[in-house]
Amino acid sequence: MYAYDNYDQAMVDARVAEFRDQTRRRLDGSLSEEKFRPLRLQNGLYLQLHAYMLRVAVPYGTLSGAQMRVLGDIADKYDRGYGHFTTRQNIQYNWIQLKDAPDILADLAKVEMHAIQTSGNCIRNISSDQYAGATADEIIDPRPYAELLRQWSSFHPEFLHLPRKFKICVIAAETDRAAMRLHDIGIRIVRNDAGEIGCAFYVGGGMGRTPMIAPLINAFVPLDHLITYSEACLRVYNRHGRRDNKYKARIKILVHELGAEEYTRQVEEEFAHLQTQGLEPPLAELARIATHFADPAFETGLPDEIDLTNPQFAKWVKTNTATHKAPGYAIATISLKPIGGIPGDASADQIRLMADLSRDYSFDESRVTHAQNIVLPHVRKQDLYALWQKLEAAGLATANLDDITDIIACPGLDYCSLANARSIPVAQKIAERFAANDRATLLGELKLKISGCINACGHHHAGHIGILGVDRKGTENYQLLLGGSEGADTSLAQITGPGFDEDGIVEAIDRATNLYLAERAPDERFLDTYRRLGMAPFKAAIYSKEPA
Amino acid sequence: MAAPQFRFRDDAPVAAPAVPVDAFNAETNATAVRLEPADDARALLPHLDRLQLVEVNFPGFMDGRGYSSARILRESGYTGELRAVGDIGVDQLNHLKRVGFDAIAPDTPLNPEDATRAFATWPQVYQKTVDGRTPIWALRHPQ
Repeated sequence: MYAYDNYDQAMVDARVAEFRDQTRRRLDGSLSEEKFRPLRLQNGLYLQLHAYMLRVAVPYGTLSGAQMRVLGDIADKYDRGYGHFTTRQNIQYNWIQLKDAPDILADLAKVEMHAIQTSGNCIRNISSDQYAGATADEIIDPRPYAELLRQWSSFHPEFLHLPRKFKICVIAAETDRAAMRLHDIGIRIVRNDAGEIGCAFYVGGGMGRTPMIAPLINAFVPLDHLITYSEACLRVYNRHGRRDNKYKARIKILVHELGAEEYTRQVEEEFAHLQTQGLEPPLAELARIATHFADPAFETGLPDEIDLTNPQFAKWVKTNTATHKAPGYAIATISLKPIGGIPGDASADQIRLMADLSRDYSFDESRVTHAQNIVLPHVRKQDLYALWQKLEAAGLATANLDDITDIIACPGLDYCSLANARSIPVAQKIAERFAANDRATLLGELKLKISGCINACGHHHAGHIGILGVDRKGTENYQLLLGGSEGADTSLAQITGPGFDEDGIVEAIDRATNLYLAERAPDERFLDTYRRLGMAPFKAAIYSKEPA
Repeated sequence: MAAPQFRFRDDAPVAAPAVPVDAFNAETNATAVRLEPADDARALLPHLDRLQLVEVNFPGFMDGRGYSSARILRESGYTGELRAVGDIGVDQLNHLKRVGFDAIAPDTPLNPEDATRAFATWPQVYQKTVDGRTPIWALRHPQ
């Protein structure tokens, strides 16, 4: 994985010093909260309901063992002993004091980490495929491109006061595991007919209150124009994105209002101009970065057989491991969705254990997924049983990847000052209901996502089943959506009808899944059955007056 | 008017008042113009040879359009004074300089010590802009 050189380290150290100075000026009163707010946001520091929340960047979701260990130590030292992994492959701490924030950033800088631009109206952490470098279905490891973009977007002077936040995702696999087309810019690394590698640019996707799937604006940007083209996309947005209404300020609204064709024309015009400016790092820089992402020294001649005598272990292997590109290896996902737990949370001890396990079993590397789980990308199949036993002992062996209990949920009204409703208790109730009698396994792949307000941090638009918490005359109310997907077949979920209270939403999901079980064709997932049958029969079942 | 608090040019400050874009277009001998955030900097490109001062206004520091305006003017060959005015704090100084401003006139004068520190924040830079600094990628791969 990427290792800082002296330049990178100096930049992060400079940022720590800058933020320490800003915090000093805030605490001595010379900087007003109004002026300080965007500065602290660009260092990942939010003011939440109960305390400050600090969001730490995990660039493209990749962590070393040492980095993961420090994340655990920070949870103990500055928080209440746990951290929360997020849908943008980051981690956040919910109980931070302002005076401690500069010290936390200094602790992070020692292991080449930071909280740069994890919030605010700027280019955020670059996200990617959690299976990058391990899966057989990618044309190349996307992370060097993400790292090149990370450096370019860090402290970019022109783009620190954008109309709104800006999220970029880079993938290079056939299967989209990162919701690429639901980003402000989604880049798919592709190979053209001549065999050359380039970048397909999708611009103007996003969730939030106006969900949009990003249209393709350029099918092949040559690699040696990646930065210049990104710069053109951003400049058109910075100049022309709406600033009159924060709810219409994301680039998706600009692209929608101009039309993809006109937006593209403007980008191409700006691109033609910017190509004269010598902005592009040489390909040698990309090559330098790529050497950091070379394959680890995979052993050869390893056995592919796994002893599946233990049924619980067998279920975990079936559910939580994926095919690795190297024979004898597997990709293992550690679920942070124990039944009845808080989705994405891990205790300091669990985080440190995952650090040790990544060191002992996965070439010192782990990944954060946008579904709020942790991946050990390179595990020898012969080690899976030992790994599973250690996970089991730590409460980390829940075998539920991509089933209905592997729920994405935002922090909701329990923590967030924007939320209208709680997300966590609803997630817990659903998980408990469907874990009973192992109905979750019977249902197979079923992605359920919960947001506590229309900002959609829980990705409810992209759930096979989505839940949106709203405030209805002072009480929490939950709307049900069906048919979303963040994968290669990206679609936006549709609302079923009137909302429910907390128990009612669980009941409604019960009815929808019962209909699926009754109607499904062989090998059909919930999403497939929904797409085949359409909304009407689901709606009839959900709102039926008959007792279930 | 008072000289800008920060100025990185040796020539004498332009005395002529900067006029709004509409007035600038009407007065063919005007040498100083003031751009508001929504004004198109590219509309000035045909007139670069007579321009001595472009003021870019930041009515609110969160509106970042002026950063693009400045860079576009420099990228297009403008060499006159480029002055940022308005709601500007210590923490914007360094970024303003990076996009080509060579004069900065904050509405409220800034603490000089804080300002000196702010201009020196970054030992190096990741991007090539128009301030002449060599980006890190070029330092890594000297020609």
